[in-house]
Amino acid sequence: MKYLDLIVTGLTGLLLLLGSLGMPETGDPKSPASVHVSPRYIEQSFEETAVPNLVTAILADYRSFDTLGEATVIFTGALAVLLILRTGRDEEKDQGDS
Amino acid sequence: MLDFAIGHFNTVTYILLMMIGFHAMTSKTNLVKKVVGMNIFQWSIILFIVSLAAKQGATIPIVLGGHDDHGVAPILEASQYVNPLPHVLMLTAIVVGLATTGVALALLLRIYKRYGTLEEDELLEKIQTSG
Amino acid sequence: MNAAHESLVIRTICRLVAVFTQLFGLYVIMHGHSSPGGGFQGGVILASSFILLAVSDGIGEVQRRFSLKALTILTSAGVFLYAGIGVVCLLLGANFLDYGILPLPEPRSLGMLGIEIGVGVTVMAATVSIFRDLMLFE
Repeated sequence: MKYLDLIVTGLTGLLLLLGSLGMPETGDPKSPASVHVSPRYIEQSFEETAVPNLVTAILADYRSFDTLGEATVIFTGALAVLLILRTGRDEEKDQGDS
Repeated sequence: MLDFAIGHFNTVTYILLMMIGFHAMTSKTNLVKKVVGMNIFQWSIILFIVSLAAKQGATIPIVLGGHDDHGVAPILEASQYVNPLPHVLMLTAIVVGLATTGVALALLLRIYKRYGTLEEDELLEKIQTSG
Repeated sequence: MNAAHESLVIRTICRLVAVFTQLFGLYVIMHGHSSPGGGFQGGVILASSFILLAVSDGIGEVQRRFSLKALTILTSAGVFLYAGIGVVCLLLGANFLDYGILPLPEPRSLGMLGIEIGVGVTVMAATVSIFRDLMLFE
């Protein structure tokens, strides 16, 4: 049982490699990730939005609701660190705090 | 076997990186090393999904000649540009990783102040004896 | 950290580099439309200029320049700007975050610029806030 960690890690790696045997080759233009909705984004997003950067156009226009959720996540992260670490005992340093 | 490794080199590389992170998370006893392992695991998955977007002979997903004149739209073909969707989805994942690491480090600071140690076995003893 | 405060070379160089880093961060946010970049990337570059000042001059200098009240207001103002643009589109008659209805030239491009600025401000303020809390805990 000394090497149980290494055995579990190796077994997980082997299972992952077995699961990826059916994946398409690297750089294949006909892979399923590049076929369904992404040609429509590439071909028509410059006419509709007039923004050359396709990644920003998709992030801020077609999928802007996800980006709103993500700005909320970073705000919640800062809020969580504030709640964990601020104890209220450093009041004398922050006179400008309401 | 070897032609699988050459044709799918991104899968093999990122599974190796993933297993390094996984081993660091499970077998190390220091809590900071566990947080670093979690970070490695997360970044390997992000890089793997971005590598699924590659196409042979394609350029970055910014329209060539896009900001010269806005009157004439250039003809765009889907095989000239790299698939932009995985890039977009992984931007969110990167920022979520930042927030998660920040909260994890804050929790580690609190644990150190309360118990005085960051080793897992010493922590278990102190928690069991002090309740 | 004390050795960095007492070295004049480190303090001078880091103050100079921090100014140019902030300019570069603003450039990355504004040029998210035609070159790689955007809100998140530029926001983190802006935050890294404050972290460089904290490493070289001490956290007291950063507290003097960027007070706690300003940090808190800026963190919320970015998300408020983002949702505000969406609500303006809702009030004008279209769906939430549907930029085509705004009465500006090239409305979708300018709406995207507005929300990228909002996201950049939030990411900068949140990252500096996380760093400040981690450094000031004793």
